[in-house]
Amino acid sequence: MDFIHSILIQPFLDMADAPDFLIQVLWEGIVSGVLYALIALGFVLIFKSSRIFNFAQGIMVVFAALTLVGLHQKGIPAWLALPMTLGVMLLLAIAIERVVLRPLVNQPDIILFMATIGITLFLIGLGETIFGGENKRMITQELGIPTDSYTFEPFGGLVMIEQRDITAVVGAVVLVVCLLLFLNKSKMGRAIRALGDDHQAALSVGISLSTIWVLVWFIAGMIALATGIVWGARAGVSFALEVIALKALPVLMLGGLESVSGAIIGGLMIGILEKLFEIYWGQPLLGGNTESWFAYMLALVVLLFRPQGLFGERIIERV
Amino acid sequence: MLYRVAGQYKTSYKADYALFPVKQDAWLLGVILLFAFVILPLMANEFTFRALLIPVLIYSLAALGLNILTGYAGQLSLGTGAFMGVGAYACFKLATIFPELNIVIVLALSGFFSAAIGMAFGLPSLRIKGFYLAIATLAAQFFLVWLFQKWAWLYNYSASGAIQAPNIQMFGVTVAGARASAMTQYYFVLCVVAVVTFCAINITRGRIGRIWKSVRDMDIAAELVGINLMKAKLLAFFVSSYIVGIAGALFVFFWRGAAEAELFDIQLSFRVLFIAIIGGLGSILGNYLGAILIVALPVIIGAVPSALGLPISPSMVEHLNVMIIGLLIIGFLILEPHGLARLWAIIREKLIIWPFPH
Repeated sequence: MDFIHSILIQPFLDMADAPDFLIQVLWEGIVSGVLYALIALGFVLIFKSSRIFNFAQGIMVVFAALTLVGLHQKGIPAWLALPMTLGVMLLLAIAIERVVLRPLVNQPDIILFMATIGITLFLIGLGETIFGGENKRMITQELGIPTDSYTFEPFGGLVMIEQRDITAVVGAVVLVVCLLLFLNKSKMGRAIRALGDDHQAALSVGISLSTIWVLVWFIAGMIALATGIVWGARAGVSFALEVIALKALPVLMLGGLESVSGAIIGGLMIGILEKLFEIYWGQPLLGGNTESWFAYMLALVVLLFRPQGLFGERIIERV
Repeated sequence: MLYRVAGQYKTSYKADYALFPVKQDAWLLGVILLFAFVILPLMANEFTFRALLIPVLIYSLAALGLNILTGYAGQLSLGTGAFMGVGAYACFKLATIFPELNIVIVLALSGFFSAAIGMAFGLPSLRIKGFYLAIATLAAQFFLVWLFQKWAWLYNYSASGAIQAPNIQMFGVTVAGARASAMTQYYFVLCVVAVVTFCAINITRGRIGRIWKSVRDMDIAAELVGINLMKAKLLAFFVSSYIVGIAGALFVFFWRGAAEAELFDIQLSFRVLFIAIIGGLGSILGNYLGAILIVALPVIIGAVPSALGLPISPSMVEHLNVMIIGLLIIGFLILEPHGLARLWAIIREKLIIWPFPH
């Protein structure tokens, strides 16, 4: 009875007891959810247009952030380092399309997946060779991101919200809106969606496969840079970010591999639920650190009921 | 010239389906076994055993387990590292609870633990397919490693949180633990690997193997011709996790000596997956070729700069190593997406008709 009480009732009593703390937890969850969603967005774009399950998205985040910080350390001002980093990401996209993807067209999914893991390893090695493996500070002030924090006092409690987190959330929303506008309104965006629907049909109306792939990987690189700045401002730039990027996988599965909105909703859901679970169930009952697996288990349970994810395209199988 | 099939007549179906339809293959295997059992141990020193021979064998065993699941039954798994961990922790618990039990029996039993857990995480495969299934094995990966850290009973409440292989004797010889000699351990691992490989070859050649392959190629079609999908997939998870679990137990008891939960993290899963894919999915031989490439190559690359006298720091070597392995993976995938085993098959075909191409 005690056991059931501690699982089903006590956590909610705790929540009701300290609503300010609950709000703080929810806010933290939203911020990390936004980050998961951003990483997942990069995955979804590439998956939609090329059916490639891009494992390298996580390391692209690290690589972009490292390049930005590394360039700044060489004495290049922040406003110039930013476009230069974008240039590096464009070069990377072209190189990946040329060297890796083009020879592997039409191979089974798992081969392409492995190729992106190969890219991941290569980028880890390259990043460590050029920039060193130690933790670096993101150039937050230099980029003009405020670092103060607001405090609120709802219900007689105390809630602290950092300005850089607000910047992150606002920036992410702007980025996503721009991306959706680009995908839905522009000619290039239509081409990307056409490729996602049917490769052969898209090719036959004159859409260039390689151009679109470079474009998509470049957009993924841009998203990676944004994610890198935001996450780096919170936790510093290091290769530990890669582990965070693995979290994008359950986000994707939960939202559905093809759905942009699924990635966003899935990210927010996982961000919030895993924080709540960790604080109210994980730490008192299970000894903490449940964030390492909760997202995967949640995605697994959802998939058992909806095998294509919450917003994925219905899987139709024919013999 | 050496590889002549002319004159080797098959007069019955049985002969046609023999393990070695071509005599030269049997000879080749004999030579390889001779090398493995006699010549290599004679030439190797302590470092070669510990850094090259034993890890290659253990990794190829783990890859063999994964290959049965992914290569033969077509179910993608990213949780191999955790299943190895289950085998290792089960072996550790059994060896400390029943110290007088023979290590071979302990190994065989510990495989059942990982097999049971593998089967439990394989249950979603009945509903979830393809990349979506990867999430089930990823859940296993992260959840189990977390469990290894939090459940103190598993590592006997030791302060470091690590499991340590006890000194285990078999027929008066120390085979595991700090006092065991590298050569004994090598022979032990080699025997286990040889026995498991023999069983795996025969499982995959037989009725069960054919069922798995049909499930891999198209599971709905397989179901329509009367294959019980649930049985086939769960059996694949069972056999695969059993072998992977044994590999994990060997990994700790006969190679590392001690292990923390973090050792079984996702990097280990990926390394085993690399071996299986570079070697060739759906091939037994490929696991060995892949393991030689992925395990031995870094050791060799690491030894090159110091041998040449180049002033490169160890951390730099490490970074370069990661980079080179990444490049190699991409290179091999582009060159031969079906793996090293396919490369060997092509060479063999060429040898048979050499020197006349028709």
